[in-house]
Amino acid sequence: MSHYWRRRLLNYLLLGLCVACTAVAVFPLLSILFYVAVRGFQALSPEFFTQMPRPVGEPGGGMANAVAGTFIMVGLAALLGLPVGIMAGIYLAEYGRGRLADVIRFMTDVFTGVPSVVIGVFIYTVVVTRMGSFSALAGGLALSLIIIPLVTRTTEELLRMVPYTLREASLALGATKARTIVSVVLRSAAGGVVTGVMLAIARAAGETAPLLFTALSSRHWSLALREPMASLPVYIYTYAISPFRDWQVQAWGAALVLLLTVLGLNLVARAVTRSRYRY
Amino acid sequence: MAQSLTVENLNAWYGDKQALYEINLHVLPAKITGIIGPSGCGKSTFIRCLNRLHEVVRGARVSGRVLLNGQDIYAPRADPVLLRQRIGMVFQKPNPFPTMSIFENVAAGPRLQGVRGAALHEVVERSLVQAGLWEEVRDRLSQSGASLSGGQQQRLCIARALAVNPEVLLMDEPCSALDPASTLRIEELMGSLKEHYTIVIVTHNMQQASRVADYTAFFLEGRLIEYGPTAELFTRPQDPRTESYITGRFG
Amino acid sequence: MPGKRLVLYGERAFGALTLGFALLVLVLIGGMVYYLIQGAAPALAEFGWRFLVSRRWDAVHEVFGALPFIYGTIASSLLALVLAVPLGVGAAVYLAELAPPWIRTPLSFMIELLAAVPSVVYGLWGLFVMAPWLRAVVEPWLERHLGFLPLFRGPAFGVGILAAGVVLAIMILPTISSVSREVMLAVPDSQREAMLALGATRWETTWKVVIPYGRSGIIGAVILGLGRALGETMAATMVIGNSLNMSLSLFHPANTMASIIVNEFAEAVTRLHTAALIEIAFILFLVTLILNVLARLLVWRVARGPRGLRRE
Repeated sequence: MSHYWRRRLLNYLLLGLCVACTAVAVFPLLSILFYVAVRGFQALSPEFFTQMPRPVGEPGGGMANAVAGTFIMVGLAALLGLPVGIMAGIYLAEYGRGRLADVIRFMTDVFTGVPSVVIGVFIYTVVVTRMGSFSALAGGLALSLIIIPLVTRTTEELLRMVPYTLREASLALGATKARTIVSVVLRSAAGGVVTGVMLAIARAAGETAPLLFTALSSRHWSLALREPMASLPVYIYTYAISPFRDWQVQAWGAALVLLLTVLGLNLVARAVTRSRYRY
Repeated sequence: MAQSLTVENLNAWYGDKQALYEINLHVLPAKITGIIGPSGCGKSTFIRCLNRLHEVVRGARVSGRVLLNGQDIYAPRADPVLLRQRIGMVFQKPNPFPTMSIFENVAAGPRLQGVRGAALHEVVERSLVQAGLWEEVRDRLSQSGASLSGGQQQRLCIARALAVNPEVLLMDEPCSALDPASTLRIEELMGSLKEHYTIVIVTHNMQQASRVADYTAFFLEGRLIEYGPTAELFTRPQDPRTESYITGRFG
Repeated sequence: MPGKRLVLYGERAFGALTLGFALLVLVLIGGMVYYLIQGAAPALAEFGWRFLVSRRWDAVHEVFGALPFIYGTIASSLLALVLAVPLGVGAAVYLAELAPPWIRTPLSFMIELLAAVPSVVYGLWGLFVMAPWLRAVVEPWLERHLGFLPLFRGPAFGVGILAAGVVLAIMILPTISSVSREVMLAVPDSQREAMLALGATRWETTWKVVIPYGRSGIIGAVILGLGRALGETMAATMVIGNSLNMSLSLFHPANTMASIIVNEFAEAVTRLHTAALIEIAFILFLVTLILNVLARLLVWRVARGPRGLRRE
């Protein structure tokens, strides 16, 4: 009987350990949310969004240029990346057969695992060295490379979920394949594709490394695409590692704004998916 | 030692849906008891209540008593893990553990109880012999259990269940995924096992019940309709619903 | 009928267009390989294989060896694995095998949210919250109890390999635990029931049947996590302390391959310095590429089930 008691004890012990693992796994998230919320809230004010950064030693000021920069570059990335991602997803789901499609699918998966700093270096060598300067354009391009593989894969998966009967119905009415894809398949998968797009954009909005050697940063108000541009993640990085207390405080404020944006996009995206695809 | 099972006022639910209503039944030791009935009549649920596997399903619930040799397996202090060592089970589809060898599949149960070394080899060999599989696999015990044919896999699962030395063997449509020749082998096997084990077999196939079972119970819509010696139930059913089922008028 | 022909052309054009965009993915990967090699060429020519084993990184004399950063990357990533694998798999066991649905859904969701937090926010938190705690509490404790190992000796800086390892562990935890959870949920119930029916406890069923059945998928999850840890940039850069020296002590500041690029790329003036950094990026690209290929193959294999047990 003692053997059995040992087994029972082991059972409870190890299952308990798994519960503890889960608790430990969730704890950092709570800690991050807590600190970013508390410290960020203390650092935030309306000025953050309306004013420009001040020189060291001058208190106050905001990051209006970084907020605008993030919007512009993420928008640019979406403009460049979404058509590619969605069209490539359509190819994989609707046209892709055989070896070539498998290779593309596999490489897309692998693409999502390329370190973001490598993407930054790649765009630097291709775009920045050629243009002769850091630019918002290069930053947007780098971010679009983050978006493309994510959107390609979600688009493919969602289009595959559209029932075949729907396509047949449309084809039977005499619609061509392209027409069927655009007006029937894509439309009925639209909600899901939008979710995927939002998640990809959230991901791009939080990226720092691809911007460091492409858009660099700027302390001025600039909307020119051919010039360096500020962004929230790069500001968080430079302010956090700076030796100045004021800047460090502002980094927390910027982190709160960024985190709210990114998590907000995630929550909305998931809420959309949940209500639509509850099984 | 084969033991008797007594079921008293057994009810079972999946969530809000009741699957079994007030079942009362006495399973005799060292006999084969067949459970028949149309799909969805609760016969699988019933057999899964006998080794407390029903409660593993999320939201599933049981009330009533099941006495194994006079002791209630649903008593508050009863331990399902210990119980399942005394009541073995064979499932509808052969489900050997694909990551384990043939030997390890059979050894899995005794190993849990701490059987090691020569004793373990002995148990594995004895169980495989009992399941009529020893001659076919003795030279390839280290191969994967998944490398066997369907019928062999099912006999491997029987050997795996026998290796824990149970008192009762539950079989949930053990032949439904097998070809006729393999089915025949397993039916023969049951005949030879019944001296040592109390066997309860759920079957979809009335011919099978009439071939192997000593006693047969007919279930319909979660209720036990009729229970008696197989020959009697099939030749002189008491209930009109039993009669229409065995004459093939439904299900 | 010109109208019909027009439609046909449109039809062909659309298909070709989608193919063109899909091929762009291959072009981009190919382009990365080409341009990274081209950019790294001066360093490749100058240092050859010595680049990988030399510990001297000297921008003034233009002598570059990446060993300290390779070591920093491997040490911090391995540390991250040591911490995150048991935690991630343990959490996956709880979420897949034990938790009732009303706990499973929100908890899985929270762990997945961890994956959405931007890297730079991890870095900020790591730098100002976690590193001081490591310096004040964890590192002195480790030195007192495990100080006989060279790994846990030396002054406590807070920032260093240990801090990078812990932050990376937190960042790869969601990957490991959510992929393992999916893999475990894909294990058929008939396998669990077979083991339970033999009189196994819940833990024994998990350990001897569920985990072995999903083994290659779980290994895939771990490799996927490793790939992320190796390439993870901002958080590691912010907490690793950025030292060019190599030290066995985990408390010591160091650099990873990604962090040296972040620290020096924008300021590199000489051609050779830039090339050396691009070569590091290329090595990083290759290693993560190989790990990703490996991981995806393993995860795909599990999705199909182990050999010989494919269901009809």
